Amino acid sequence: MKKELIQLQHISKSYDGHMILDDLNLTIHENEFVTLLGPSGCGKTTTLRIIGGFERPDSGRVIFDGEDITELAPNRRQVNTVFQKYALFTHMDIAENIAFGLKIKNKSQAYIKDKIKYALKLVNLEGYEHRMPDTLSGGQQQRIAIARAIVNEPKVLLLDEPLGALDLKLRQEMQYELIRMKNELGITFIYVTHDQEEALTMSDHIVVMNKGYIQQEGTPEDIYNEPENAFVADFIGDSNIITATMVRDELVNILGTNFACVDKGFGENKPVDVVIRPEDVKLVERGKGTLPGVVSHIIFKGVHYEMEVQAGGFEWLVHSTRMNEVGSEVDIRVDPFNIQVMNRPASEDEEAIGVAE
Amino acid sequence: MFNNRKTSTVMSSPYLAWAFIFIVVPLGMIVYYGLTDDSGAFTFANIASIAQPEHLKALLLALELSLISTVICFLLAYPLGMMLAKNKMGNQGIITTLFILPMWMNFLLRTLAWMTLLENKGIINGVLSAMHLPLIHIINTPAAIVIGMVYNFLPFMILPIYNALAKIDDNVIDAARDLGANKFQTFMRVTLPLSVPGILSGVTMVFIPALTTFAISTMMGGSKILLIGNIIEQEFTLSYDWHLGSGLSLVLMVFIIINMIISAISERKESD
Repeated sequence: MKKELIQLQHISKSYDGHMILDDLNLTIHENEFVTLLGPSGCGKTTTLRIIGGFERPDSGRVIFDGEDITELAPNRRQVNTVFQKYALFTHMDIAENIAFGLKIKNKSQAYIKDKIKYALKLVNLEGYEHRMPDTLSGGQQQRIAIARAIVNEPKVLLLDEPLGALDLKLRQEMQYELIRMKNELGITFIYVTHDQEEALTMSDHIVVMNKGYIQQEGTPEDIYNEPENAFVADFIGDSNIITATMVRDELVNILGTNFACVDKGFGENKPVDVVIRPEDVKLVERGKGTLPGVVSHIIFKGVHYEMEVQAGGFEWLVHSTRMNEVGSEVDIRVDPFNIQVMNRPASEDEEAIGVAE
Repeated sequence: MFNNRKTSTVMSSPYLAWAFIFIVVPLGMIVYYGLTDDSGAFTFANIASIAQPEHLKALLLALELSLISTVICFLLAYPLGMMLAKNKMGNQGIITTLFILPMWMNFLLRTLAWMTLLENKGIINGVLSAMHLPLIHIINTPAAIVIGMVYNFLPFMILPIYNALAKIDDNVIDAARDLGANKFQTFMRVTLPLSVPGILSGVTMVFIPALTTFAISTMMGGSKILLIGNIIEQEFTLSYDWHLGSGLSLVLMVFIIINMIISAISERKESD
């Protein structure tokens, strides 16, 4: 088990009576790529700003490497931040931007020069020392923002939606760059995003948040394959979320038809939600599957076809590399381990908290 | 908008005509009068007359008082600009209104109000004597002129500084703090340099009217203290010596141009 680096203990924060974070507990380990993932307003950026020291929690403690840093000013924390809109100093050239933190710490000229060179090499922008920030593209500015942060050798790098302003191609490139940098530096990255694909691509550990509560934590595989509630299932990737009844262990009734599954311990005849990923829905010849349906819509998406199938009064989303004509009569079949059964929250508040009892 | 060159020429012609009739022509006339004598012969005498002791004294006093006023305006305006820029939502409206409201009144009226406040038997001294405190004698001194200048020109310093400060992204300030700068270092290395364009335009907008004013010095300084503006005004309105007045105006223009060149150079340095 990796060493615990940051602990957020019972953190609450509200603005103008509006609750942003409610009793949040989170542990972040050394040398991990952690992503805080959630829709806007879920409290992910506030969480990051509390770790950075730009916000003070109303209650709760921030423990860093065993030390309570809740009241510590941002300039005294061993943490550096890469801001969403780069936040470069426009009155300084690139070298001065990168040197900013080092000059404050009174490092020697030679040391600073070495560091600038090293940092520019790390972000693939060698030779940009004397350019001004506004002559650089968005992607380049973001790299400089990263360089400026990492020369200070932080134990943790905080990244607040750093790729949000970039176009798709550049964003994908930068995702791989970030993974490479993280491995090269061997430090912890805490990354905030609302983009589930970004989170799945880069993270060692994903924390899904909604309405100020942590919904689920785990590896990208855990989060994708075994979402704990409908919110997580819906937020991460496309999915069919269907209200169903757990008949007994390993048998669930979906839309009037019994499906074999692998989940246990929900009790008998309990209302539940099931998640079935569109790529896990198999369309087979009529009579060979579990639930009969009719293909109502088909779109070619490149890698696969995206189809809508009316079956049991529900519109199933299906991804398949084989196409079925619109109007064709098919059966739906789902392998037992591809049915993810979740507790159904009794109320919206409970849904936000994401209690799994 | 006007891709068509012809259209844009037509559209801009009223402004060009305006600029020509009311800016270029009068400037040309001042240059002409400034460089000629009564007989129309070319001469540097009008300009050289700045070296006369009373003219020189008025110029130096005007420079001194307008510099002092500019510095005071800057010292008052900067903290206020920071306050305004900081709470972008809060009570900014009230504070701004408090500073803008007086500007809706005529500038001579406002200066007149200061006269009645500062007069030897004015309101301030009335209050002071009622409280048995020593009276102040400010009216008709350079200090009164400085008060008048600061009061009248302060908004012109606040607005550009506020604009420059409000434009600074909060994240940039956070970034400086994040990189280890304390509040003072953040101010000196980030906030202040980023607000230089605002400071420069504020300085220009206070210094130039303060340097050339004659109304404030006439009202607040009695007729005892003459600034270069008063001398020029008197040449035109009392002595009817347009040549001398224009010559001195040209000298004054040199200082204004110097100020603007300094502004332009520092601004270019900023953007480089």
